[in-house]
Amino acid sequence: MHNIEITDLRKLTEFIQNKYGYDFTNYAMSSFRRRIGRVLELNKFPSIDHLIKKISSDAEFFEEFVSEITVNVTEMFRDPSFWREVRDHIIPNILLNHQSINIWHAGCSSGEEVFSMAILLREMGIEDKVKIIATDIDKSILSKAKRLSVPIKNMDLNEKNYIRFQGSENLSKYYTEQNGRAVLDTSLVENVSFREHDLVKGIVFNKFDLVLCRNVMIYFNQILQNDVLKKLHESLFRYGYLIIGSKESLIWCEIANKFIVVNNEEKIYKKIKD
Amino acid sequence: MGKFNLSNKYKAITIGGSAGSFQGITKILSKLPKGMSLPIVLCLHRLKHVRNGFVEALSIKSTKPVVEPYDKESIKRGNIYLAPSNYHLSVELGNKFSLSTEEMINNSRPAIDITMETAAYTYNQKLIGILLSGANKDGAKGMKAIKDRGGLTIVQDPSECMINTMPQAALDITDIDYILKIEEIVEFLNELDKYYH
Ligand SMILES: C[S@@+](CC[C@H](N)C(=O)[O-])C[C@H]1O[C@@H](n2cnc3c(N)ncnc32)[C@H](O)[C@@H]1O
Repeated sequence: MHNIEITDLRKLTEFIQNKYGYDFTNYAMSSFRRRIGRVLELNKFPSIDHLIKKISSDAEFFEEFVSEITVNVTEMFRDPSFWREVRDHIIPNILLNHQSINIWHAGCSSGEEVFSMAILLREMGIEDKVKIIATDIDKSILSKAKRLSVPIKNMDLNEKNYIRFQGSENLSKYYTEQNGRAVLDTSLVENVSFREHDLVKGIVFNKFDLVLCRNVMIYFNQILQNDVLKKLHESLFRYGYLIIGSKESLIWCEIANKFIVVNNEEKIYKKIKD
Repeated sequence: MGKFNLSNKYKAITIGGSAGSFQGITKILSKLPKGMSLPIVLCLHRLKHVRNGFVEALSIKSTKPVVEPYDKESIKRGNIYLAPSNYHLSVELGNKFSLSTEEMINNSRPAIDITMETAAYTYNQKLIGILLSGANKDGAKGMKAIKDRGGLTIVQDPSECMINTMPQAALDITDIDYILKIEEIVEFLNELDKYYH
């Protein structure tokens, strides 16, 4: 493992910001350092300066770099009890007052969370009422998501999660196996659009009834978490729901008082004030 | 002067354990001094998809309840923290925790290496690392990081371990300060605590 100093990281983030417009300054230092260490190791760069040099001359490499430092690990039906809650309470509640539902998956990675939602909606028989926008900063992971395919070796875990979620079918009903990948039925994502979006830049592009931003802000420091939460708040209709990862919390955030806790165990919040 | 060369310079203790460590860890927790002044950060290999139950099991006999920290929670003196299932637990700048869903290391998430390495980075010579029984090599690099940055290292005596691969792996790559039985680790922690009152 490289001994990377904070001054090195500052130099790198400043350079990236000037050259490409992404700002990693306020990513959580512990994991950011580790990711950079990985990139140095993988590419056999002896120092940060070598990395900077490569990035400065090679835009394609930079895209891979972004993919490498962002953490894309994900699962279908991660935290099954949370998905049950969405199906049994959150969606029905929204439908009490709305004919249709707008959902945003912020930081959707390779799409597993979106596929889970699509399956859930189909099993509820309401997929026609729902529009989903799924976004991520990482172009290369988004193009993976658009291919609707999940490595077959992950399906074991995904199936286990699905069974705990108590879905009404067999997960295998929704995909076919092709070249070592589970390829999902395209009809599942007819109402889904995948787009590039950087939460740090924080452009508010729409209003939603339900925003999921799970296991994304753990990679940010608290300054950035606060900024991003303000934008997520702005992107919600009043009485819309915000859902974060099961080990994240709104308690420390400046806008916590604009939400109420709907389910503390599953980290589901409701916006009550503009 | 007791059996160990101690002082009150330390700021935190990290303990790693895997297969065969549950009994040892509950014994340690049940015999901690009341009002222990240092935070203890536990990283134990655990079932990935069982979110609940483990904290409770550890807390039953512990002198203080064990808690799973939230992301960016402040690390407080005297608390006992446990890495949550399916997340890596890091020590972040500003004396806080940070969680991550990064790739598994040594087939583990949480990985002891990550908790120990990040803690070593933050606390340097003010950190104590303890590695217990286990069946893989997780924690060996973490213990090395602690030692390299001037911290104090202890492994459970391999002869006492149910499975000694883990402490042995640490011994293989690092000059570990103390090789102790669980009873002696308890003694160590109690003696250490005296320097803080
Ligand atoms: C660990 S994945 C979470 C996937 C899914 N939400 C889950 O919980 O399983 C984190 C994702 O956040 C994305 N991400 C990181 N920084 C981001 C940013 N500034 N804007 C948007 N997405 C970001 C990463 O590219 C990655 O795909």
